[in-house]
Amino acid sequence: MSPISRGFLGRRRPGGDPSRIPPGQHLTNGFPVLSAGPTPHTELSDWSFTIDGAVEGPVSWRWESFLALPTEQVTVDIHCVTKWSKLDTSWRGVSLDTLLGAVETEADYLTAWCDGGYTTNLALEDVVDGKAWVAYEYNGAPLEPKHGGPARLLVPHLYFWKSAKWVRGLRLTERDEPGFWENYGYHNHGDPWLEQRYQGD
Amino acid sequence: MSYLLDGNAIAGDLFVVFGREMSTVVGRCRKCGAEFPVAELCVYVRAPGTVARCPSCDAVVMVLVTIGGTRHVHLPALEFDE
Amino acid sequence: MLDVPHWPGHRAGQHIDIRLTAEDGYQAQRSYSIASAPEDDGIMLTVDRLEDGEVSPYLTDVLEPGDELELRGPIGGYFVWDASLSGPLLLISGGSGIVPLRAMLRHWAAARPPVEVRLLHSARSLDYVIYRDELVGLAAFEEVDVRIALTRTWPDDWLGQRGRIDRGFLKDAAWPPRDEPRIYVCGPTGFVEATAAALVENGQQPNTIKTERFGATGG
Repeated sequence: MSPISRGFLGRRRPGGDPSRIPPGQHLTNGFPVLSAGPTPHTELSDWSFTIDGAVEGPVSWRWESFLALPTEQVTVDIHCVTKWSKLDTSWRGVSLDTLLGAVETEADYLTAWCDGGYTTNLALEDVVDGKAWVAYEYNGAPLEPKHGGPARLLVPHLYFWKSAKWVRGLRLTERDEPGFWENYGYHNHGDPWLEQRYQGD
Repeated sequence: MSYLLDGNAIAGDLFVVFGREMSTVVGRCRKCGAEFPVAELCVYVRAPGTVARCPSCDAVVMVLVTIGGTRHVHLPALEFDE
Repeated sequence: MLDVPHWPGHRAGQHIDIRLTAEDGYQAQRSYSIASAPEDDGIMLTVDRLEDGEVSPYLTDVLEPGDELELRGPIGGYFVWDASLSGPLLLISGGSGIVPLRAMLRHWAAARPPVEVRLLHSARSLDYVIYRDELVGLAAFEEVDVRIALTRTWPDDWLGQRGRIDRGFLKDAAWPPRDEPRIYVCGPTGFVEATAAALVENGQQPNTIKTERFGATGG
């Protein structure tokens, strides 16, 4: 049992509507940058976003054609498994409904893959019906590389490790295939309201 | 710099897991064959877990996660002779 | 200053990990280099108070004598120097990277081995040079040479390096590779990598250079 450090609170900010903060989470100042590796830098002229795997006819967009897709401005709360939450974050991006609408598939799952090698797995039902975007603007400005720019996945209803930075594509799969953190013990689903942080939670 | 540190930053955690001081232990990257003391790993500590990469080829060679109070060490691409 | 019961002793360059626990169980952990030499009484830490820090403001503003602190250590077997090692000793630091090197210098002063020592330290301005008076005192030893580089502002009559520690400064300030200096570089990651690269470009052998990178260790 660790001794209690008299008067220690940490960086946590009190307040915030408790109904918007999942169990075990706290509000934080700023926007912490979490990273498992060096920040990739991809020239926009080299960038593309691809949907392939268990689909009829893979599709791919280059940057200009990606920006020409219908976009949405969304304001969402985000929750990181390292226990910080940030409310009312503002993003612009292309809905996964729009992107997945371009392919035909019987698959139930996908693996998002990224520059730098990061992967995460998601069920299709977790990213359709207005639940997910590929976002390229944050707070009205182009998404910074340290926060996942030029584009990242945004799946706010799940822990933020599922919102893969530097995303370059989705590989549709028949089965749920654990991604990077899932392989090391993090939960396959990751619902912050059920505190699904680790396998078995 | 993406919050990049080195193996010195995880020496305490590694001591707890391996039961000994690991900073000077020489490891070999299974991806590129480079050999280096654990202290020279490229370590990213700001993440759901700690990711250590080969200082030569950047491959993920060690991952530390703490689950329910228990530390787990994974060695996807790091081997030791000792 | 920490009073640690049953402290086993430490080597210059080692660090401790401090863990804080709030009443609701929330925990945060950080590493701090030991600023004192093995020969000194008690364990001294020098904490850089980060404005938005999670642990440092607690240590500098809230912690009082008599409070209990959970720590583990001493830790580290790579970035350590003992007076029994052959020299010459080249210590290079940026900002708070000077802390473990101060422990090495104090250990040198206590043990007085036949080893020459040079400390090259980079800081924003004179006000940011920690241990300034102590460094002046150490430089009085014939075998000790301290050179400060000021990177942002300096006095009009500043005779030391104006600007960063760069390849040219190192070429002048470091022993030539044939003297086989034992080199320790500590500070922010960018500083450490640039300095180590410059040393190697100047012909220093990579395996004579030991590095310790400091940074934000919290998530």
